[in-house]
Amino acid sequence: MKILVPIKRVVDYNVKVRPLSDNSNVDLNNVKMAVNPFCEIAVEEAVRLKESGTATEIIAVTVGTSASQEQLRTALALGCDRAILIESVDNPEPLVIAKALAKIFEEENPDLIILGKQAIDGDNNQTGQMLSAILDLPQATFASKLAIEGQTANVTREIDGGLQTIKVNLPAIVTTDLRLNEPRYASLPNIMKAKKKELATKNINDLGIDTSARTEIISVELPPQREAGIKVESVDELVDKLKNEAKAI
Amino acid sequence: MSILVIAEHDNTSIRPSTLNTIAAAKLLGDDIHLFVATSNSELPNSASTIESVSKVISSVDDTLEHQLPEALAPMIKEVATNYSHVLAPATTFGKNLMPRASALLDSQQISDISGVIDQDTFKRPIYAGSCIATVKSNDSVKLITVRATAFDPVQLIGGSAAVESFDSVVSNDKSEFVSEEIAKSDRPELTAADVIISGGRGMQSGDNFHLLETIADKLGAAVGASRAAVDAGFVPNDYQVGQTGKIVAPNLYIAVGISGAIQHLAGMKDSKVIVAINKDEDAPIFQVADYGLVADLFNALPELADKI
Repeated sequence: MKILVPIKRVVDYNVKVRPLSDNSNVDLNNVKMAVNPFCEIAVEEAVRLKESGTATEIIAVTVGTSASQEQLRTALALGCDRAILIESVDNPEPLVIAKALAKIFEEENPDLIILGKQAIDGDNNQTGQMLSAILDLPQATFASKLAIEGQTANVTREIDGGLQTIKVNLPAIVTTDLRLNEPRYASLPNIMKAKKKELATKNINDLGIDTSARTEIISVELPPQREAGIKVESVDELVDKLKNEAKAI
Repeated sequence: MSILVIAEHDNTSIRPSTLNTIAAAKLLGDDIHLFVATSNSELPNSASTIESVSKVISSVDDTLEHQLPEALAPMIKEVATNYSHVLAPATTFGKNLMPRASALLDSQQISDISGVIDQDTFKRPIYAGSCIATVKSNDSVKLITVRATAFDPVQLIGGSAAVESFDSVVSNDKSEFVSEEIAKSDRPELTAADVIISGGRGMQSGDNFHLLETIADKLGAAVGASRAAVDAGFVPNDYQVGQTGKIVAPNLYIAVGISGAIQHLAGMKDSKVIVAINKDEDAPIFQVADYGLVADLFNALPELADKI
Protein backbone atom coordinates (compact mmCIF):
# COMPACT_ATOMS: atom_id res chain seq x y z
CA MET A 1 0.00 0.00 0.00
CA LYS A 2 1.20 3.44 -0.97
CA ILE A 3 0.24 6.43 1.17
CA LEU A 4 0.31 10.09 0.19
CA VAL A 5 0.59 12.55 3.09
CA PRO A 6 0.03 16.21 2.21
CA ILE A 7 1.47 18.54 4.85
CA LYS A 8 1.61 22.30 5.42
CA ARG A 9 4.18 24.77 6.73
CA VAL A 10 2.50 27.03 9.28
CA VAL A 11 3.37 29.32 12.15
CA ASP A 12 4.43 27.31 15.20
CA TYR A 13 1.42 26.79 17.46
CA ASN A 14 3.12 28.54 20.39
CA VAL A 15 3.45 31.84 18.50
CA LYS A 16 0.90 34.52 19.31
CA VAL A 17 0.04 35.93 15.90
CA ARG A 18 -0.78 39.63 15.57
CA PRO A 19 -1.91 41.83 12.66
CA LEU A 20 0.58 44.02 10.76
CA SER A 21 0.48 47.65 11.84
CA ASP A 22 -1.38 48.61 8.63
CA ASN A 23 -3.85 45.74 9.24
CA SER A 24 -3.28 44.40 5.72
CA ASN A 25 -2.52 40.87 6.93
CA VAL A 26 -0.99 38.99 9.84
CA ASP A 27 2.58 39.77 10.84
CA LEU A 28 4.72 36.74 10.05
CA ASN A 29 8.09 38.48 10.09
CA ASN A 30 10.69 36.46 11.98
CA VAL A 31 8.23 34.02 13.51
CA LYS A 32 9.03 30.36 14.04
CA MET A 33 7.51 28.03 11.43
CA ALA A 34 6.66 24.35 11.86
CA VAL A 35 4.75 21.42 10.43
CA ASN A 36 1.03 21.96 11.07
CA PRO A 37 0.18 19.85 14.17
CA PHE A 38 -2.67 17.97 12.46
CA CYS A 39 -0.26 17.11 9.60
CA GLU A 40 2.19 15.65 12.14
CA ILE A 41 -0.60 13.33 13.25
CA ALA A 42 -1.15 12.36 9.59
CA VAL A 43 2.55 11.58 9.12
CA GLU A 44 2.58 9.56 12.35
CA GLU A 45 -0.43 7.48 11.26
CA ALA A 46 1.19 6.71 7.90
CA VAL A 47 4.47 5.75 9.57
CA ARG A 48 2.62 3.41 11.98
CA LEU A 49 0.88 1.77 9.00
CA LYS A 50 4.29 1.19 7.45
CA GLU A 51 5.75 -0.15 10.71
CA SER A 52 2.85 -2.60 11.01
CA GLY A 53 3.52 -3.87 7.50
CA THR A 54 0.33 -2.45 5.97
CA ALA A 55 2.03 0.32 3.99
CA THR A 56 5.10 0.00 1.82
CA GLU A 57 5.80 3.57 0.78
CA ILE A 58 4.95 7.01 2.19
CA ILE A 59 5.21 10.14 0.08
CA ALA A 60 5.02 13.54 1.76
CA VAL A 61 3.84 16.42 -0.42
CA THR A 62 3.31 20.11 0.13
CA VAL A 63 2.20 23.12 -1.87
CA GLY A 64 4.04 26.30 -0.97
CA THR A 65 7.21 28.33 -1.34
CA SER A 66 10.68 26.75 -1.38
CA ALA A 67 10.87 27.42 2.37
CA SER A 68 8.46 24.48 2.80
CA GLN A 69 11.37 22.12 2.05
CA GLU A 70 12.21 22.44 5.74
CA GLN A 71 8.88 20.87 6.72
CA LEU A 72 9.21 18.15 4.07
CA ARG A 73 12.62 17.26 5.57
CA THR A 74 10.94 16.98 8.95
CA ALA A 75 8.37 14.59 7.44
CA LEU A 76 11.21 12.57 5.92
CA ALA A 77 12.97 12.45 9.29
CA LEU A 78 9.76 11.17 10.87
CA GLY A 79 9.64 8.25 8.45
CA CYS A 80 8.31 9.33 5.04
CA ASP A 81 10.25 7.74 2.17
CA ARG A 82 10.33 10.63 -0.28
CA ALA A 83 8.88 14.07 -0.71
CA ILE A 84 7.44 16.35 -3.37
CA LEU A 85 7.39 20.13 -3.18
CA ILE A 86 4.91 21.86 -5.46
CA GLU A 87 6.29 25.36 -5.61
CA SER A 88 3.67 28.10 -5.56
CA VAL A 89 3.01 31.54 -4.17
CA ASP A 90 2.95 31.75 -0.39
CA ASN A 91 -0.27 30.45 1.16
CA PRO A 92 -2.41 29.40 -1.83
CA GLU A 93 -6.13 28.87 -1.23
CA PRO A 94 -7.38 25.41 -0.21
CA LEU A 95 -9.15 24.91 -3.58
CA VAL A 96 -5.86 25.50 -5.42
CA ILE A 97 -3.99 23.17 -3.04
CA ALA A 98 -6.64 20.47 -3.56
CA LYS A 99 -6.37 20.79 -7.35
CA ALA A 100 -2.57 20.50 -7.18
CA LEU A 101 -2.76 17.47 -4.86
CA ALA A 102 -5.24 15.82 -7.24
CA LYS A 103 -2.57 16.02 -9.98
CA ILE A 104 -0.04 14.34 -7.70
CA PHE A 105 -2.62 11.65 -6.90
CA GLU A 106 -2.99 10.95 -10.62
CA GLU A 107 0.79 10.58 -11.00
CA GLU A 108 1.39 8.48 -7.90
CA ASN A 109 -1.83 6.45 -7.60
CA PRO A 110 -1.69 6.01 -3.81
CA ASP A 111 -4.16 3.74 -2.01
CA LEU A 112 -4.68 6.17 0.82
CA ILE A 113 -4.27 9.89 1.43
CA ILE A 114 -3.94 11.02 5.04
CA LEU A 115 -3.89 14.72 5.86
CA GLY A 116 -4.65 17.06 8.74
CA LYS A 117 -8.26 18.15 9.23
CA GLN A 118 -7.23 21.79 9.26
CA ALA A 119 -4.18 24.02 9.21
CA ILE A 120 -3.82 26.20 12.28
CA ASP A 121 -3.15 29.34 10.23
CA GLY A 122 -6.30 29.82 8.15
CA ASP A 123 -8.38 27.32 10.20
CA ASN A 124 -10.29 26.54 6.99
CA ASN A 125 -10.80 22.78 7.36
CA GLN A 126 -11.36 22.31 3.60
CA THR A 127 -8.47 20.73 1.70
CA GLY A 128 -9.18 17.03 2.36
CA GLN A 129 -12.87 17.31 1.55
CA MET A 130 -12.15 19.33 -1.61
CA LEU A 131 -9.54 16.81 -2.76
CA SER A 132 -12.09 14.01 -2.25
CA ALA A 133 -14.60 15.90 -4.37
CA ILE A 134 -12.16 16.57 -7.19
CA LEU A 135 -11.03 12.92 -7.28
CA ASP A 136 -14.57 11.61 -6.69
CA LEU A 137 -13.25 9.49 -3.80
CA PRO A 138 -14.79 8.79 -0.38
CA GLN A 139 -13.79 10.96 2.56
CA ALA A 140 -13.38 10.08 6.23
CA THR A 141 -12.84 13.35 8.06
CA PHE A 142 -11.88 14.08 11.70
CA ALA A 143 -10.59 10.54 12.23
CA SER A 144 -9.79 9.29 15.72
CA LYS A 145 -9.27 5.66 14.65
CA LEU A 146 -8.24 4.10 11.35
CA ALA A 147 -8.31 0.39 10.54
CA ILE A 148 -7.38 -0.91 7.10
CA GLU A 149 -9.22 -4.08 6.09
CA GLY A 150 -8.30 -5.24 2.60
CA GLN A 151 -9.68 -2.80 0.07
CA THR A 152 -11.65 -0.83 2.66
CA ALA A 153 -10.95 1.29 5.72
CA ASN A 154 -13.04 1.50 8.87
CA VAL A 155 -12.73 4.98 10.24
CA THR A 156 -14.06 6.30 13.54
CA ARG A 157 -14.83 10.01 13.27
CA GLU A 158 -15.13 12.68 15.96
CA ILE A 159 -18.56 14.24 15.48
CA ASP A 160 -20.54 16.67 17.64
CA GLY A 161 -21.88 14.68 20.56
CA GLY A 162 -19.84 11.53 20.05
CA LEU A 163 -18.27 9.19 17.52
CA GLN A 164 -19.34 7.85 14.15
CA THR A 165 -17.80 4.88 12.37
CA ILE A 166 -17.93 4.65 8.60
CA LYS A 167 -16.51 2.23 6.08
CA VAL A 168 -14.88 3.66 2.95
CA ASN A 169 -13.61 1.98 -0.17
CA LEU A 170 -9.95 2.55 -0.99
CA PRO A 171 -8.49 4.71 -2.31
CA ALA A 172 -9.89 7.16 0.23
CA ILE A 173 -9.05 10.45 1.88
CA VAL A 174 -8.70 10.49 5.66
CA THR A 175 -8.33 13.69 7.67
CA THR A 176 -6.90 13.51 11.17
CA ASP A 177 -8.32 14.68 14.46
CA LEU A 178 -6.32 15.17 17.64
CA ARG A 179 -6.84 11.80 19.25
CA LEU A 180 -5.83 9.63 16.30
CA ASN A 181 -2.33 9.23 17.73
CA GLU A 182 0.47 11.02 19.54
CA PRO A 183 3.20 11.98 17.06
CA ARG A 184 6.81 11.03 17.78
CA TYR A 185 9.80 13.34 17.68
CA ALA A 186 12.41 12.94 14.98
CA SER A 187 15.66 11.41 16.27
CA LEU A 188 19.00 12.94 15.35
CA PRO A 189 20.14 9.95 13.24
CA ASN A 190 16.84 10.08 11.35
CA ILE A 191 17.22 13.84 10.79
CA MET A 192 20.65 13.14 9.27
CA LYS A 193 19.28 10.28 7.13
CA ALA A 194 16.41 12.47 5.92
CA LYS A 195 18.91 14.82 4.24
CA LYS A 196 19.74 12.04 1.78
CA LYS A 197 16.16 11.12 0.93
CA GLU A 198 14.65 12.19 -2.39
CA LEU A 199 12.90 15.57 -2.49
CA ALA A 200 11.48 16.37 -5.93
CA THR A 201 10.31 19.84 -6.92
CA LYS A 202 7.56 20.78 -9.35
CA ASN A 203 6.16 24.15 -10.29
CA ILE A 204 2.44 24.60 -9.73
CA ASN A 205 2.14 26.43 -13.06
CA ASP A 206 3.20 23.26 -14.89
CA LEU A 207 0.31 21.19 -13.49
CA GLY A 208 -2.33 22.58 -15.84
CA ILE A 209 -4.69 23.76 -13.09
CA ASP A 210 -6.46 27.05 -12.43
CA THR A 211 -4.39 28.73 -9.71
CA SER A 212 -6.23 32.05 -9.59
CA ALA A 213 -7.20 33.32 -6.14
CA ARG A 214 -10.93 33.61 -5.56
CA THR A 215 -10.81 35.57 -2.33
CA GLU A 216 -8.96 38.61 -1.06
CA ILE A 217 -8.05 39.65 2.44
CA ILE A 218 -9.42 43.14 3.04
CA SER A 219 -8.02 43.50 6.54
CA VAL A 220 -6.84 41.63 9.62
CA GLU A 221 -7.57 42.94 13.08
CA LEU A 222 -7.31 41.89 16.69
CA PRO A 223 -10.58 40.53 18.05
CA PRO A 224 -12.47 42.79 20.45
CA GLN A 225 -10.71 42.47 23.79
CA ARG A 226 -12.66 41.39 26.79
CA GLU A 227 -12.15 43.51 29.89
CA ALA A 228 -10.90 41.65 32.93
CA GLY A 229 -13.45 41.73 35.74
CA ILE A 230 -12.87 41.53 39.46
CA LYS A 231 -11.38 39.02 41.84
CA VAL A 232 -13.73 37.76 44.52
CA GLU A 233 -12.41 36.73 47.91
CA SER A 234 -14.61 33.76 48.69
CA VAL A 235 -17.17 31.31 47.35
CA ASP A 236 -19.83 33.27 49.27
CA GLU A 237 -18.94 36.45 47.45
CA LEU A 238 -18.91 34.62 44.11
CA VAL A 239 -22.37 33.18 44.66
CA ASP A 240 -23.65 36.58 45.78
CA LYS A 241 -22.23 38.31 42.67
CA LEU A 242 -23.65 35.66 40.33
CA LYS A 243 -27.09 35.88 41.93
CA ASN A 244 -27.43 39.59 42.55
CA GLU A 245 -25.06 41.41 40.20
CA ALA A 246 -24.77 39.25 37.09
CA LYS A 247 -28.13 37.53 37.67
CA ALA A 248 -26.60 34.52 35.96
CA ILE A 249 -27.87 31.83 38.36
CA MET B 1 -30.90 36.11 -5.77
CA SER B 2 -32.07 33.72 -3.09
CA ILE B 3 -30.05 32.25 -0.26
CA LEU B 4 -29.91 28.50 0.36
CA VAL B 5 -29.38 27.09 3.86
CA ILE B 6 -28.51 23.41 4.36
CA ALA B 7 -30.43 22.08 7.37
CA GLU B 8 -28.60 20.12 10.04
CA HIS B 9 -30.90 17.63 11.74
CA ASP B 10 -31.02 14.16 13.30
CA ASN B 11 -33.99 13.02 11.16
CA THR B 12 -36.26 13.82 14.12
CA SER B 13 -35.81 17.52 14.57
CA ILE B 14 -33.93 20.44 13.07
CA ARG B 15 -30.78 21.24 15.07
CA PRO B 16 -30.47 24.66 16.74
CA SER B 17 -27.31 25.37 14.65
CA THR B 18 -29.59 25.58 11.60
CA LEU B 19 -31.53 28.42 13.25
CA ASN B 20 -28.33 30.43 13.81
CA THR B 21 -27.34 29.79 10.20
CA ILE B 22 -30.70 31.11 8.96
CA ALA B 23 -30.08 34.23 11.09
CA ALA B 24 -26.80 34.77 9.19
CA ALA B 25 -28.63 34.18 5.88
CA LYS B 26 -31.08 36.97 6.75
CA LEU B 27 -28.18 39.43 6.61
CA LEU B 28 -27.62 38.43 2.96
CA GLY B 29 -31.15 38.41 1.53
CA ASP B 30 -34.87 38.09 2.21
CA ASP B 31 -35.65 35.00 0.17
CA ILE B 32 -34.26 32.13 2.22
CA HIS B 33 -34.73 28.52 1.16
CA LEU B 34 -33.97 25.56 3.42
CA PHE B 35 -32.65 22.30 1.97
CA VAL B 36 -33.74 19.30 4.07
CA ALA B 37 -32.29 15.94 3.00
CA THR B 38 -33.63 13.24 5.30
CA SER B 39 -35.07 9.76 5.68
CA ASN B 40 -38.05 11.14 7.61
CA SER B 41 -40.89 12.33 5.38
CA GLU B 42 -42.39 14.39 8.25
CA LEU B 43 -39.31 16.52 8.83
CA PRO B 44 -39.61 18.89 5.81
CA ASN B 45 -43.14 19.83 6.86
CA SER B 46 -42.12 20.53 10.43
CA ALA B 47 -39.25 22.68 9.11
CA SER B 48 -41.71 24.79 7.11
CA THR B 49 -42.72 26.73 10.24
CA ILE B 50 -39.22 28.11 10.85
CA GLU B 51 -39.16 31.91 10.94
CA SER B 52 -37.88 33.68 7.78
CA VAL B 53 -37.81 30.58 5.56
CA SER B 54 -39.84 31.08 2.36
CA LYS B 55 -39.34 27.66 0.82
CA VAL B 56 -38.32 24.22 2.04
CA ILE B 57 -36.62 22.07 -0.58
CA SER B 58 -37.26 18.56 0.56
CA SER B 59 -35.42 15.42 -0.43
CA VAL B 60 -36.71 12.33 1.34
CA ASP B 61 -35.13 8.94 0.82
CA ASP B 62 -34.08 6.08 3.10
CA THR B 63 -30.52 6.36 1.83
CA LEU B 64 -30.29 9.88 3.25
CA GLU B 65 -30.55 8.74 6.88
CA HIS B 66 -26.86 9.36 7.62
CA GLN B 67 -26.40 12.24 5.18
CA LEU B 68 -22.99 11.09 3.99
CA PRO B 69 -21.26 13.82 1.98
CA GLU B 70 -20.56 11.51 -0.98
CA ALA B 71 -24.33 11.54 -1.64
CA LEU B 72 -25.25 14.97 -0.32
CA ALA B 73 -22.57 17.14 -1.94
CA PRO B 74 -23.59 16.31 -5.56
CA MET B 75 -27.21 17.08 -4.63
CA ILE B 76 -26.20 20.45 -3.21
CA LYS B 77 -24.21 21.12 -6.37
CA GLU B 78 -27.34 20.61 -8.43
CA VAL B 79 -29.59 22.71 -6.21
CA ALA B 80 -27.04 25.49 -5.68
CA THR B 81 -27.04 26.76 -9.26
CA ASN B 82 -30.10 28.91 -8.48
CA TYR B 83 -28.52 30.67 -5.50
CA SER B 84 -25.97 33.37 -4.78
CA HIS B 85 -25.04 31.92 -1.37
CA VAL B 86 -25.21 28.45 0.18
CA LEU B 87 -24.84 28.38 3.96
CA ALA B 88 -24.45 25.59 6.51
CA PRO B 89 -23.50 25.61 10.19
CA ALA B 90 -19.78 25.25 10.98
CA THR B 91 -20.44 22.11 13.01
CA THR B 92 -18.84 18.74 12.25
CA PHE B 93 -21.81 18.18 9.90
CA GLY B 94 -21.23 21.36 7.90
CA LYS B 95 -17.44 21.18 8.06
CA ASN B 96 -17.51 17.68 6.61
CA LEU B 97 -20.03 18.39 3.87
CA MET B 98 -19.57 21.93 2.58
CA PRO B 99 -15.99 21.89 1.22
CA ARG B 100 -16.92 18.83 -0.84
CA ALA B 101 -19.88 20.69 -2.36
CA SER B 102 -17.73 23.80 -2.77
CA ALA B 103 -15.08 21.99 -4.81
CA LEU B 104 -17.77 20.40 -6.99
CA LEU B 105 -18.99 23.95 -7.73
CA ASP B 106 -15.39 25.17 -8.23
CA SER B 107 -15.95 27.76 -5.52
CA GLN B 108 -13.53 28.72 -2.72
CA GLN B 109 -15.54 28.26 0.47
CA ILE B 110 -15.46 30.86 3.24
CA SER B 111 -15.29 28.90 6.53
CA ASP B 112 -16.68 29.72 9.94
CA ILE B 113 -17.91 33.28 9.40
CA SER B 114 -18.57 35.37 12.50
CA GLY B 115 -19.90 38.44 10.70
CA VAL B 116 -21.46 39.63 7.44
CA ILE B 117 -20.24 42.95 6.00
CA ASP B 118 -22.00 42.79 2.63
CA GLN B 119 -22.99 40.23 -0.03
CA ASP B 120 -19.34 39.42 -0.79
CA THR B 121 -17.49 40.30 2.39
CA PHE B 122 -17.31 38.40 5.66
CA LYS B 123 -15.50 38.38 8.96
CA ARG B 124 -13.93 35.18 10.22
CA PRO B 125 -11.48 34.17 12.95
CA ILE B 126 -8.04 32.91 11.92
CA TYR B 127 -5.04 31.64 13.91
CA ALA B 128 -7.22 30.11 16.64
CA GLY B 129 -9.11 33.37 17.03
CA SER B 130 -5.96 35.47 17.60
CA CYS B 131 -6.99 37.63 14.65
CA ILE B 132 -10.18 38.40 12.76
CA ALA B 133 -9.86 38.55 8.97
CA THR B 134 -12.22 40.44 6.69
CA VAL B 135 -12.40 38.40 3.50
CA LYS B 136 -14.01 39.21 0.16
CA SER B 137 -15.16 36.41 -2.12
CA ASN B 138 -15.21 36.82 -5.90
CA ASP B 139 -16.94 33.51 -6.64
CA SER B 140 -20.40 33.68 -8.24
CA VAL B 141 -21.85 31.03 -5.91
CA LYS B 142 -20.50 31.49 -2.40
CA LEU B 143 -20.36 28.51 -0.07
CA ILE B 144 -20.15 29.52 3.55
CA THR B 145 -20.08 27.83 6.94
CA VAL B 146 -21.42 29.85 9.85
CA ARG B 147 -20.13 30.08 13.41
CA ALA B 148 -23.44 29.51 15.20
CA THR B 149 -22.60 31.43 18.38
CA ALA B 150 -22.03 34.64 16.41
CA PHE B 151 -25.66 34.91 15.23
CA ASP B 152 -28.78 34.92 17.44
CA PRO B 153 -31.10 32.12 16.29
CA VAL B 154 -34.40 32.62 14.47
CA GLN B 155 -37.51 31.01 15.97
CA LEU B 156 -38.66 27.49 15.13
CA ILE B 157 -42.18 28.83 14.63
CA GLY B 158 -43.81 31.79 12.94
CA GLY B 159 -43.04 30.91 9.33
CA SER B 160 -45.14 29.23 6.67
CA ALA B 161 -42.86 28.07 3.89
CA ALA B 162 -43.94 26.21 0.79
CA VAL B 163 -42.49 22.69 0.60
CA GLU B 164 -41.09 21.68 -2.75
CA SER B 165 -39.60 18.29 -3.41
CA PHE B 166 -36.24 17.66 -5.03
CA ASP B 167 -36.08 14.11 -6.24
CA SER B 168 -32.66 13.50 -7.74
CA VAL B 169 -31.15 11.44 -4.96
CA VAL B 170 -27.55 10.50 -5.65
CA SER B 171 -26.51 6.91 -4.99
CA ASN B 172 -23.35 6.41 -2.97
CA ASP B 173 -21.33 3.22 -3.24
CA LYS B 174 -18.10 4.79 -1.93
CA SER B 175 -18.82 4.94 1.76
CA GLU B 176 -21.26 3.48 4.23
CA PHE B 177 -22.38 4.16 7.76
CA VAL B 178 -21.35 1.49 10.27
CA SER B 179 -22.25 2.74 13.73
CA GLU B 180 -22.60 5.74 15.96
CA GLU B 181 -21.91 6.29 19.65
CA ILE B 182 -23.62 9.42 20.81
CA ALA B 183 -22.88 10.26 24.42
CA LYS B 184 -26.15 10.03 26.30
CA SER B 185 -26.59 12.52 29.05
CA ASP B 186 -29.43 14.15 30.92
CA ARG B 187 -27.50 17.37 30.81
CA PRO B 188 -27.93 19.84 27.93
CA GLU B 189 -25.65 19.71 24.91
CA LEU B 190 -22.60 21.96 25.15
CA THR B 191 -23.44 24.11 22.16
CA ALA B 192 -27.04 24.63 23.33
CA ALA B 193 -26.46 25.02 27.09
CA ASP B 194 -27.32 28.18 28.98
CA VAL B 195 -24.67 27.44 31.62
CA ILE B 196 -21.43 25.52 31.16
CA ILE B 197 -18.94 24.41 33.79
CA SER B 198 -15.61 23.24 32.35
CA GLY B 199 -12.58 21.60 33.88
CA GLY B 200 -8.94 21.76 32.86
CA ARG B 201 -5.70 20.04 33.70
CA GLY B 202 -6.11 21.31 37.28
CA MET B 203 -8.86 18.72 37.79
CA GLN B 204 -6.02 16.15 37.98
CA SER B 205 -8.16 13.15 36.94
CA GLY B 206 -11.34 12.16 35.18
CA ASP B 207 -12.82 10.95 38.47
CA ASN B 208 -12.63 14.47 39.86
CA PHE B 209 -15.02 15.68 37.16
CA HIS B 210 -17.86 14.48 39.44
CA LEU B 211 -17.18 17.69 41.42
CA LEU B 212 -18.21 19.64 38.32
CA GLU B 213 -21.14 17.33 37.58
CA THR B 214 -22.68 17.96 41.00
CA ILE B 215 -22.71 21.69 40.31
CA ALA B 216 -23.84 21.16 36.70
CA ASP B 217 -26.87 19.18 37.88
CA LYS B 218 -27.85 21.94 40.31
CA LEU B 219 -27.56 24.62 37.61
CA GLY B 220 -28.92 22.61 34.69
CA ALA B 221 -25.53 23.12 33.10
CA ALA B 222 -23.45 21.21 30.56
CA VAL B 223 -19.98 19.95 31.47
CA GLY B 224 -17.04 20.87 29.25
CA ALA B 225 -13.28 20.57 29.32
CA SER B 226 -10.14 22.22 28.00
CA ARG B 227 -7.98 20.52 25.39
CA ALA B 228 -5.38 19.86 28.10
CA ALA B 229 -7.93 17.84 30.08
CA VAL B 230 -8.94 15.91 26.96
CA ASP B 231 -5.32 15.27 25.96
CA ALA B 232 -4.62 14.04 29.49
CA GLY B 233 -7.41 11.50 29.00
CA PHE B 234 -9.65 12.85 31.80
CA VAL B 235 -12.75 13.07 29.56
CA PRO B 236 -13.76 12.26 25.95
CA ASN B 237 -13.05 14.67 23.14
CA ASP B 238 -16.70 15.69 22.74
CA TYR B 239 -16.30 17.61 26.04
CA GLN B 240 -13.68 19.85 24.44
CA VAL B 241 -14.34 23.59 24.31
CA GLY B 242 -11.91 25.54 22.16
CA GLN B 243 -10.69 26.22 18.68
CA THR B 244 -10.22 22.51 17.98
CA GLY B 245 -13.36 21.56 19.89
CA LYS B 246 -16.70 23.25 20.32
CA ILE B 247 -17.30 26.98 20.12
CA VAL B 248 -19.73 28.01 22.86
CA ALA B 249 -21.27 31.25 24.10
CA PRO B 250 -23.55 30.49 27.08
CA ASN B 251 -24.94 33.02 29.54
CA LEU B 252 -22.59 31.71 32.22
CA TYR B 253 -19.29 29.92 31.70
CA ILE B 254 -17.43 28.60 34.74
CA ALA B 255 -13.81 27.64 34.04
CA VAL B 256 -12.28 25.48 36.75
CA GLY B 257 -8.58 24.61 36.84
CA ILE B 258 -8.19 25.99 33.33
CA SER B 259 -5.18 28.23 32.75
CA GLY B 260 -6.70 29.97 29.71
CA ALA B 261 -4.63 29.00 26.67
CA ILE B 262 -5.61 31.03 23.61
CA GLN B 263 -6.90 27.80 22.08
CA HIS B 264 -9.45 27.51 24.89
CA LEU B 265 -10.31 31.21 25.04
CA ALA B 266 -11.12 31.11 21.31
CA GLY B 267 -13.92 28.67 22.09
CA MET B 268 -15.60 30.45 25.02
CA LYS B 269 -14.69 34.13 25.22
CA ASP B 270 -18.03 35.26 23.75
CA SER B 271 -19.85 33.88 26.81
CA LYS B 272 -21.90 36.58 28.58
CA VAL B 273 -20.52 36.02 32.10
CA ILE B 274 -17.26 34.18 32.72
CA VAL B 275 -16.17 32.83 36.10
CA ALA B 276 -12.67 31.46 36.66
CA ILE B 277 -11.58 29.35 39.61
CA ASN B 278 -7.85 28.70 39.66
CA LYS B 279 -5.19 28.55 42.34
CA ASP B 280 -2.65 30.36 40.14
CA GLU B 281 -3.49 34.04 40.45
CA ASP B 282 -1.48 34.83 37.30
CA ALA B 283 -3.39 32.38 35.09
CA PRO B 284 -4.41 34.13 31.82
CA ILE B 285 -8.00 32.97 32.29
CA PHE B 286 -8.42 35.76 34.88
CA GLN B 287 -7.83 38.34 32.12
CA VAL B 288 -11.13 37.41 30.49
CA ALA B 289 -13.10 36.45 33.62
CA ASP B 290 -15.80 38.74 35.01
CA TYR B 291 -15.40 37.04 38.38
CA GLY B 292 -12.17 35.38 39.39
CA LEU B 293 -11.67 33.27 42.47
CA VAL B 294 -8.10 32.38 43.42
CA ALA B 295 -8.59 29.14 45.32
CA ASP B 296 -7.87 25.44 45.43
CA LEU B 297 -10.66 23.95 43.35
CA PHE B 298 -10.88 20.91 45.62
CA ASN B 299 -12.01 23.23 48.43
CA ALA B 300 -13.97 25.69 46.32
CA LEU B 301 -16.09 23.24 44.29
CA PRO B 302 -17.75 21.38 47.20
CA GLU B 303 -18.44 24.72 48.88
CA LEU B 304 -19.90 26.13 45.66
CA ALA B 305 -22.07 23.02 45.24
CA ASP B 306 -23.45 23.60 48.75
CA LYS B 307 -24.17 27.28 48.34
CA ILE B 308 -25.87 27.53 44.97
